[in-house]
Amino acid sequence: MSLTRSISDKLFKHPAWFSALLLTPPLLWLGLAFLGSLFVFLFHSFFSIDEFSGFIKYELTLSTFAELFRLSNFDVIIRSLVMSTAVTLASVIIAFPFAYFAARYARGKWKALFYILVMLPLWSSYLVKVYAWKLILAKEGIISWAAEQLHLTWLLDAVLAIPVIGGPSLSISFLGTFLVFVYVWLPFMILPTQAALERVPVNLIDASSDLGATPAQTFRNVIFPLALPGIIAGSIFTFSLTLGDYIIPQIIGNSSYFLGQTVYTLQGTAGNIPLAAAFTVVPIIIMGIYLTVAKRMGAFDAL
Amino acid sequence: MTTAVNFQNICRHFGPVRAVDDVTLDIAEGEFFAMLGPSGSGKTTCLRLIAGFEQPTSGHMEIFGVTSEGVPPYQRNVNTVFQDYALFPHMTVLDNVAYGLMVKGVDKQTRSAKAQDALAHVALGGFGGRRPSQLSGGQRQRVALARALVNEPKVLLLDEPLGALDLKLREQMQVELKALQRNLGITFVFVTHDQGEALSMADRVAIFNDGKIVQVGSPEEIYERPNTKFVADFVGSSNVLSPAFSKSTGGPEKWVSLRPEKILVSQEKDKPLKGNHSVIATITAAHYQGAAIRLNTLTAKGATINVTVPAATGKFADGEKVTLHWPKEAVHIMAGEM
Repeated sequence: MSLTRSISDKLFKHPAWFSALLLTPPLLWLGLAFLGSLFVFLFHSFFSIDEFSGFIKYELTLSTFAELFRLSNFDVIIRSLVMSTAVTLASVIIAFPFAYFAARYARGKWKALFYILVMLPLWSSYLVKVYAWKLILAKEGIISWAAEQLHLTWLLDAVLAIPVIGGPSLSISFLGTFLVFVYVWLPFMILPTQAALERVPVNLIDASSDLGATPAQTFRNVIFPLALPGIIAGSIFTFSLTLGDYIIPQIIGNSSYFLGQTVYTLQGTAGNIPLAAAFTVVPIIIMGIYLTVAKRMGAFDAL
Repeated sequence: MTTAVNFQNICRHFGPVRAVDDVTLDIAEGEFFAMLGPSGSGKTTCLRLIAGFEQPTSGHMEIFGVTSEGVPPYQRNVNTVFQDYALFPHMTVLDNVAYGLMVKGVDKQTRSAKAQDALAHVALGGFGGRRPSQLSGGQRQRVALARALVNEPKVLLLDEPLGALDLKLREQMQVELKALQRNLGITFVFVTHDQGEALSMADRVAIFNDGKIVQVGSPEEIYERPNTKFVADFVGSSNVLSPAFSKSTGGPEKWVSLRPEKILVSQEKDKPLKGNHSVIATITAAHYQGAAIRLNTLTAKGATINVTVPAATGKFADGEKVTLHWPKEAVHIMAGEM
C-alpha cells in the first residue's frame, strides 16, 4: 500500500517520469530491435560484393545503387511500381462505395455485419487464401468452369490473350497476381476509408446541401476531401504491402520477379546483402515521394 | 402581407416519437419569428422541415406559396445558420462564404467579390484567407451568417446561433442580428431555448411543447398573457395560482398567472393597498441577483410564490413572514391549467 502509494505520488509530481515509463518498452523495441536492425541492413547498400569471392567488400561505394539501374533490376522496380499503383487504384474503387455505405447508412447489426464481412478474411491464414485463389484461378478452376457453363469461354480467352497481363491461365498471369493482391489487401483500404467517412460531420453535408449543392457536388467538394486522409492512409497500406510482398507473385503469376521476392532471393540464396539492401531502399524512397506529393496536394489539410 | 412559410397540420414522426405533432403555422414575409421551447419540444425539427433536411410525415407546407414537400434542400431559396456553424474545415473563410455561389456556377471573380463584401458586412473583411479553426467562436458565427446571407435567401433559418457564445458576445450579437434583419428585410426564423433571446429579438414568438405549438403571439402577449401554465412557467417563470388559491387572495376563481415582478412585499402587519389581492407568506429563500432580489415564499395553504423585488427594497431574512400583495390588473386569467 505505502510503496505503491509513494510510487504513485512520485509519478504524479513528475509527469515526465510517467511518460518515460510508458515509452521505454516500445522505444526499446521499435528503436533498437526494429529501426536499429533496419538501419544496419540499409547501411549495407553502401557496400558492394566482390564478384569473384562473393564476400562483402566493406568500402563505402555507390556502385550497388548503380546496379539497380541495370535493365533486369530496373524492370523489377517498374513492374512492382505499376502493380502497386494498379492494386491501390482498384482497392480505392472497390472499397469506397462499400465504406461509404457502412459509414453513412449501416446501423446496429448491419454495421456489425459490415465489420465481420471485412474482417473475416483476416481471420484465416494468408497462405491458405493465396493457395485457395490458385485453385480458383487455375485452368481447371471454378472461373474457367463458370465461364464454360455461361458460354463465356471466348471472353475469358480474349482477356487472357491480352499481351503482358494475360497468359495461359489466370493463375499464370499478371492479371491473376493483381486479382489476388486486391483481394488480400482490400480490408486495409476499407477500414481507414470507412473510419474517415464516419468522421465527416453530418451537419457539413446538410450545410452543403443547404447552400445549394447537389448530392454530387456535396460529394466532390465536402465528403471526398474530408475522407481523403483516410483513403491516403489506406493507400499507404495497399501500396507498400504490394511493393513488399514476396509470397503472392511466387505462387500466382508468370514467375516474374517483384521487389519483395528480389530482396528475399538476394539476401538468401544469392547472398548479395548489399544489393538486397539497395532494393529495400527503393520502396522507402517511393513511399517518401508519394507522401510528399500527397501532402503538397493538400490530402492532409483536413486532419 | 405575403406568407413566407405556411404549415398546415404538419407532423413529423420518428417511429413512435412525435417530434412535430400537427403544427399549423404562418410566418409572414419580413418577420423575425422565434421558435421557443425546451429541448426536444420539436422546434428544431420544424426548422429542419423548412430547410428541407426533414420531410413531413403528413400535412402540407408551402414556402412563398410553393409546395415544399419532396423539394430537396438544394432547391430551396432558404439558408441556415447552424448551431455549431458547420463551417467547412478544409476551406478558407472566403471559400466557405463563396461556396453557395460556387455550386450555383457563379464565376470565380464575381463570387470572390460578393463573398468579400459579405465578409466586410459582418466586420471580417481581412479574414478571408484564414481557416475556420483560426477564428474565435464569435467570428465563426459571423462567417456562418455571411455564408448564408451571400445567397440572398428569402428565409434565413437560425438554429440556436448564439448558444455557444459567452454572455457579453451573445447580447451584442442579439442587437446586431436584429439590426441586420431590419436592414435586409429578410424573414428570419430563429430557434432558441432562451426566452430572453426570443422576447428581445422577435416580432412574434411560437412556444413549443411536446411537438405542438402551445401559443403564438408578440413577445408582450406571450409574457403578459400566457395561455397555459406551461407558457407562464417557461417564459419568465411566472407564478401559476389555482382557482381556489386565487379566490382566497381576493382574485377570480380561475387558473391565473402572476408575474413575480408585479408582486409587492410589505411587513406582515402592514395593511395591503386598497383593492389589492394579498396573502401572507413565509420567505424560504432569498437570492441576491445584483439589480434584484428573488424571493421564494410559502403560503399557509402550501402554495409557493416567487417574487422579484428591486434590490433597494431592503433586506430579507429566511423565515421572515411578509404580506404579498398585487394590483388586480397583474392577474392574468389563463385558458386552463395545461
